[in-house]
Amino acid sequence: MIDETATISPETGDVAIENYTINFGPQHPAAHGVLRLVMELDGEIVERLDPHIGLLHRGTEKLIEHKTYLQALPYFDRLDYCSPLCMEHSYVLAIEKLLDLEVPIRAQYLRVFFAELTRISNHMLNLGSHMMDVGAMTPNLWLFEIREDCLNFFERVSGARMHSAYFRPGGVHQDTPLKLLTDIADWLDTRLPRLFEDAISLVADNRIFKQRNVDIAVVSREDAIKWGFSGPMIRGAGIAWDLRKSQPYDVYAKMKFDVPVGTRGDCYDRFMVRVEEVRQSVRIMKQCLNEMPEGPIASLDRKVVPPKRAEMKRSMEALIHHFKLYTEGFHVPAGEVYVATESPKGEFGVYLVSDGTNKPYRCKIRPTAFSHLQAMDFMSRGHMLADTTAILGSLDIVFGECDR
Amino acid sequence: MRAPAPAYAANDGVIEAAKAALGDALLYTEESVGEVSILVARERLIEVMIALRDTPGLEYQQLMEIAGVDYLDREDRFDVCYHLLSLTRNHRIRVRVMTNEVKPVPSLTDIWPVAGWLEREVYDMYGVLFDGNMDLRRILTDYGFRGHPQRRDFPLSGYVELRYSEEAKRVVYEPVKLAQDFRTFDFMSPWEGAEYILPGDEKAKLPEEKGAPTPLNADEIVRANANTTPKAVLTDPKTSDSTAQTGIGKDSPHAGPRPVNPDVIPGKGPN
Repeated sequence: MIDETATISPETGDVAIENYTINFGPQHPAAHGVLRLVMELDGEIVERLDPHIGLLHRGTEKLIEHKTYLQALPYFDRLDYCSPLCMEHSYVLAIEKLLDLEVPIRAQYLRVFFAELTRISNHMLNLGSHMMDVGAMTPNLWLFEIREDCLNFFERVSGARMHSAYFRPGGVHQDTPLKLLTDIADWLDTRLPRLFEDAISLVADNRIFKQRNVDIAVVSREDAIKWGFSGPMIRGAGIAWDLRKSQPYDVYAKMKFDVPVGTRGDCYDRFMVRVEEVRQSVRIMKQCLNEMPEGPIASLDRKVVPPKRAEMKRSMEALIHHFKLYTEGFHVPAGEVYVATESPKGEFGVYLVSDGTNKPYRCKIRPTAFSHLQAMDFMSRGHMLADTTAILGSLDIVFGECDR
Repeated sequence: MRAPAPAYAANDGVIEAAKAALGDALLYTEESVGEVSILVARERLIEVMIALRDTPGLEYQQLMEIAGVDYLDREDRFDVCYHLLSLTRNHRIRVRVMTNEVKPVPSLTDIWPVAGWLEREVYDMYGVLFDGNMDLRRILTDYGFRGHPQRRDFPLSGYVELRYSEEAKRVVYEPVKLAQDFRTFDFMSPWEGAEYILPGDEKAKLPEEKGAPTPLNADEIVRANANTTPKAVLTDPKTSDSTAQTGIGKDSPHAGPRPVNPDVIPGKGPN
């Protein structure tokens, strides 16, 4: 009898509600690219979430195996197209580690300087779109102003707004004009803090913004470790882990900056960690400007770094080196390295296997998005459908990097 | 180390600690370019990983990456490399196992849930099977893709290309047609033992006749790339006539046995 009363009978007016599955994306403005989410909903509560990725898979790793080391470099710009220089950073460091190549100190400063500028431009896009995903329109427009400035600076230093190919094995491609450095210094002092602090002040203490983010997708320290989190995601969970601090590369060991951490591990914490990282990046860039010495901007080892045009006009040997490096490229000693740097999104690693020829035998790219997006399932469980956009915004996913 | 690569804690004593903790599951250790990598027995991978995570002095809490590598001429052709990170000791280690197309590697999803997608990627790219991964679907390639693209014997161009067909009003799959051969240059110097025939050299071996040399017909000429790997021939080319002929959903002839139905979410039916 008990069983009979517990079952739903249409005569008494009960409505059978089943879980239903909806498809989100791949073309959706809140999907931050081509993400397809298959969500199982109970009413408006997310029960299960299955991200389908790979819609932007371009076979980068396969292509790299068929290119020389230098030809493979521009593929890295196209991975995370919101922070291209940080992608190149891991790759050039991996090659230099295999070659055991010394890099001039000015080149190291320039790399750190522009990597931090990249971090600012990446966070502008992420913070802005996170705000817009939860309903704040205006700050996004202001932050895009800053991002536009950053892209103009990239254009002035490398000639390209996004796909710079500026970091090279052994240093950087070109020296910067002094006027560019002074312009960036002025920008760091005036325009950036004014626009940025204004935009953040609109949302940081805003009641609606907090209602949409605080206590959404809380990640504990144990979960963050188990799920392989890195970058702002692990710092948001309260673990002070920053590869720039703990495993310094280039001149990060000389830089003074603080590592912000979250206290609760929710979306709001991750947002505020990124906000504070922008301020710390400004600190690092100012130190670079103060301390950057004069000197060569790339290694003088002519077996790796091609000579400049002016030198080729005078030296036969330089001409030969130039020809050999741009056809055959340099040979890298056999061996394997895993080099990970702190990209704006987290640990971006390159596992490079060399067999002694001029092409990589294997180049495995460790995307940050892989572990973060995978964790979205457990982070979204029990939250409302509308919260998934806030969670996705706080993950900071870019599909060029996720799908490779 | 002169290169400005990321500097973490010294490798001193790591190999000794690993030897003590792992015993005879540890097959080979190596320290090169400042990185420690160990080769372990495939069957005992799970206990090795638990030991590496929990033994004081090792404490590798995080699994950051699983990378497959294909060494085509080896019997166990695949390496599966696990990159572990210790947050407390600030150290990295590489753990590697060897396998081939049929020998399954124990899955680490019970120890580190992040291994789920990382193993799916290695399965997708190389066809390495992971025993115990409950969700071993393809991840990066197309729905219904055949073959494992990161294998060294998979051609760079792939086997099929797709375009939108105005007649069929849908995306169609066709065999790859390259307007120009893919150009690979090898930079081996002829003085260092290049093993190819330079264009024109093939005539030197043929018998000389009186008078003007007889022009060769096309069959007699040995092409310079004749003894390199032949182009892969597609046995059943995909055509655009109907979905039945595109081969979507069929197993790759190269794929091993499927562990579970890969496009079905457990308990949900095809989606």
